[in-house]
Amino acid sequence: MCSYIVEKAKVSGSAKGPSGWMRIDTANVYFDHPYHAPLDHALAIDFVCEADGGRERVAVELSAASARELVSKIMVALAIGEQAHAAPAAPAA
Amino acid sequence: MSYNGMTAETVTFRGHNGDQGEAYYARPTRPGKCGGVVVIHHLPGWDEWITEVVRKFAHHGYAAISPHLYFRDGPGSPDDIGARVRASGGVPDDQVVGDVKAAIAYLRAQPNSNGKVGVIGFCSGGRHAYLCGCRLPEIDAVIDCWGGNVIVDDRGQLNAKRPVAPIDLSEQLRAPLLGIFGNDDENPNADQVNRTEAVLKKLGKDYEFHRYDKAGHAFFNTARQAFRPEQAADGWSKVFAFLRKTLAA
Repeated sequence: MCSYIVEKAKVSGSAKGPSGWMRIDTANVYFDHPYHAPLDHALAIDFVCEADGGRERVAVELSAASARELVSKIMVALAIGEQAHAAPAAPAA
Repeated sequence: MSYNGMTAETVTFRGHNGDQGEAYYARPTRPGKCGGVVVIHHLPGWDEWITEVVRKFAHHGYAAISPHLYFRDGPGSPDDIGARVRASGGVPDDQVVGDVKAAIAYLRAQPNSNGKVGVIGFCSGGRHAYLCGCRLPEIDAVIDCWGGNVIVDDRGQLNAKRPVAPIDLSEQLRAPLLGIFGNDDENPNADQVNRTEAVLKKLGKDYEFHRYDKAGHAFFNTARQAFRPEQAADGWSKVFAFLRKTLAA
């Protein structure tokens, strides 16, 4: 179905598109007909910077299963990374 | 069958409020008059499949035009513009009706026009086709392909851009209506299709509905896993039979 449902996540960081790097402040997330992926429905994420007008985007269209896999791996990467970075420095030999 | 030549190109047209936009226009190259069809794209935007549909109508002897309903949010590629429009909550119904009205006028102004123009839409465009059928008396035929939200069960979904459920305007429908639906669709689901038919029947409207088993949403769309070749072939045959009947000079 065509829906108008868009979940907006406030994010902070950068994304690289055809014209190079740009700052981003929003991820528009929706599950609907994709534009390009050969799927009936896709989990789409458009990374934009609304503060700069939101006219450029970095986009992905993922199958539902791969979107869930991505979410899972993001959480794993964050957990492992944060643990590693929080570990006390090894004592000097 | 002889080779059906056509010309297809992007043209400019004056849309709602006189705004200048772009549209994809295809017509047969053979001489003579023909009926016209306005093709309304779905929510993701003015994509490759919709231009294929426009050419399909030209192949079958009709002049067809698909206005880019999001041109005001350009410049940019149609997919980026579509994403922008989605993020801003879609386009207002009044603007779409105005753009379709202008596209109808564009077709009627061409020297190949026989004066008859139909409207077809897919998905959200199916809803737009139904809406335009109710609001534009100059339409000669309406084809709604699985238009969702013709019936709005959650009235909270109505807003400033889409203030009225098209079903509530059904009394104003003047042209014959063809409806094509997949029985596995969730929007519109089978119950909503039945209720839409019940309204049309009660109002004594000229309509025909075709429902397809083992088909869901967008089953004509060859670019999707939802494509169902047998059901789509039959559905297209219903579309062209309907147009032969309604758009003959």
